[in-house]
This record gives sequence, structure tokens and C-alpha cells, in this order.
Amino acid sequence: MAIRQGLLALLSQGPRYGYQLRAEFETSTGATWPLNIGQVYTTLSRLERDDLVSPGEQDEQGRVVYTITEAGRAEMERWFSTPVAQADRPRDELVIKLAMAVTARADVRPVIQAQRTATMRTLQELTRAKRANAGEPAQRLVLDSMIFQAEAEQRWLDHCEAVMAASPQTQETQR
Amino acid sequence: MSFDPVVRLADVTRVHGDGPQAVSALRGVSLDVAAGELVAVMGPSGSGKSTLLNLAGGLDLPTSGSVVIEGTPLVSLKAADLAGLRRRHVGYVFQDLNLIPSLTAAENVMLPRELDGIRAKQARRDALEVLTEVGLAEVADRFPDEISGGQRQRVAIARALVGERRLLLADEPTGALDTPTGDDILQLLRARCDVGAAVLLVTHEPRYAAWADRVVFLRDGEIADSTAVPLKSAR
Repeated sequence: MAIRQGLLALLSQGPRYGYQLRAEFETSTGATWPLNIGQVYTTLSRLERDDLVSPGEQDEQGRVVYTITEAGRAEMERWFSTPVAQADRPRDELVIKLAMAVTARADVRPVIQAQRTATMRTLQELTRAKRANAGEPAQRLVLDSMIFQAEAEQRWLDHCEAVMAASPQTQETQR
Repeated sequence: MSFDPVVRLADVTRVHGDGPQAVSALRGVSLDVAAGELVAVMGPSGSGKSTLLNLAGGLDLPTSGSVVIEGTPLVSLKAADLAGLRRRHVGYVFQDLNLIPSLTAAENVMLPRELDGIRAKQARRDALEVLTEVGLAEVADRFPDEISGGQRQRVAIARALVGERRLLLADEPTGALDTPTGDDILQLLRARCDVGAAVLLVTHEPRYAAWADRVVFLRDGEIADSTAVPLKSAR
């Protein structure tokens, strides 16, 4: 998970309180990745343990301001310059579901059709969110990413349908 | 305010050719597009998308079933009246933009108004108004080959919008534009819907279809599914 590096990136803009980090994290990611304040403090204490951030004195309200260290900046730069590996991403239930439907010789068409409509609804919701957040570039790019992913899924579903329509297995079931 | 749809297709069938060679391009399709609504049509090639758009705009007539534009059933119209109704009520944006290269952007947009018998001065005022709306006031007097692809696309949309036409039919209006420019085009169509136009959009790009209020999936000439009725996600 990139919470650790995400917090470092926010701290590279200047010292922050924990609650500020949480709010800024959510603003930057378009509220697509909600954090709870517990996650923020747990992550901050690990960053502190690893000398990537240093806490200031508690103020009278008991709040602590955190500052990024040199090692913290190096860690953030390493993160920015390292590509994300495909294998780090979770397996996709839809892919497994379709593969299993084909293996089990179920009729794949209704599975594809139901998914296509559901994915289009997701795309419509994301597009509405994007129109509502037109002024925020970080949020817009996060939503664009989700839009492109949903669109890739849509294209893949079309592809599955075409492949299955042409396959001997389908022609056999329809006979 | 009227809740009648701007265009209504009821149980529309379109058969091309006859006898053993007959091909059903559309089979029993019913679809309403209301004022303020953006409807996207998706489907593989040959699924009947373009036939549907041509029928909705009165460019083609159904073999059976009815098409009603702004309350007027098309089937009863004489050819000249049909042409007049199309000019007054329907705007078209096709993939091939059909801008006339020897006319400026403003002159291209004026053309349908002049065909309507509007005087040139008024037609130019109307054209400049709609060009301003699509953000092109500054290129009004340039020729199509002097402006960018995205700008040409917007000129074609302005031409489709000029006058009081409420029904806008768009066939792949984002063509080969990059995504931010394509988004601008959809933003424009969306804005027209929000002030009361009805837009029927054919696209093969899910990210543009997602701007619609409703997405209809065509398959073999029939509506296979639509995002109109919410389903529970089973994932």
C-alpha cells in the first residue's frame, strides 16, 4: 500500500498535523481512497520509527506536527522513480469468474452482458464525479484513471464476447 | 412544460432489401429521448446503430413502427414537409464532418439558417452566437483547414445547433480526437442537454458514452440492455 509514501509526498510540501494529512490525502485522491485517522497515526509512527519523519513538540491541544527528514525525501523520490509492478495488484474476480464460466461450460453471454451494463453504470458515476470536480487536477486524474480502467474492462468484455461467439464450444451449445 | 419526448421511436423495424436477401437492420426497437436527456447508443458494427440514428432524424423511414419528432409522426409527411421538419428541428453531426472547405467557420454555420430563408445578416448573427457558445468566436472567419481538428468538430456541432433545433444526433462526434478534446465535445453536448436539448449519441468509446444519462446497448438490431433500470451489482 502506498499510504506511507503518499504521506511522505504530502509532508514534502511542509510540516503537517495528522488530521491535515488525512484531509489532504483524500482531496488529492478524489475521496476514492478514504483513510481513517487511525491508519494515519499508525503510519506516522512507523515512519518515525524508520527515521523518515520527525515529530515536533505537542502543542497545548495535544497536537503534533510532523516534518519529513532527508531519508524521508529520498524514500519519496525512490517511490516516484520506481514503476509499479503488475504482480502487486490484486487478482480480478471478474476475470476468474469468466474463466470459470467458460470452464464450467455455462452460457457466458448473460454474464458478459450483465457485467457490461454494471460497468457502464460505474463509468457514468465516475464521469458525473469528474464533471463535479472539474477544477481539481489531482482528483480529475484519479477519476480519469478509474475511467480508463473501467473502459479497459468494457473493451475486454466486448473482446470476450467476440472470442466466445467464434469458439467451437459456443457453436456446440447453441446447436 | 411538456413531458413529451423530443423524439419517439415505437416498435421500429427496418428491413433492407427484400425476398431471401432481406436483412433486418433493426427489429422492434422502442426508444424515447426527452428534452434535457443525453442518450448514448453502443453496439458492435452491424448492430444497427447508424440505422437507428438515421431513423431518429428522419433521414430514413422505418419498414414498420413509427417515428415521431416534436409531436409530428413522420410517416404521414410529404417529402418536402419532412425535409422542412428536419431542417427546423434536427441537427446532425456525422463522423465525416462535411464542412465546406471554401466557406469560413461562420459561413458553414450560417448555411442551414440561410436554407431556412433567414436573411444573411440575421443568419450571421445566429452563427456568431452559437460559435461563441462553443468557444470559437475568435476563429469565426477562418477556413476549416486553418483550424484544429477539435475546432472543426466544434464548428460542425455549432452548425447542428444553430437556430431553435432541440434534437441533436451525433454519430461518433469525437472521431479521432484525443481524450481531453473529446471530453470538451461531450461537455458541450452535455451543456446543450442541460438547457433543454435532446441528444442521441452513437459512440464505440465507453468513456464518452458514460457522459450520457442513459446508455442503450444494441445487438443484432435489438436493444439488448440499457442502464436505465438500476441492477444490483453481483461482484
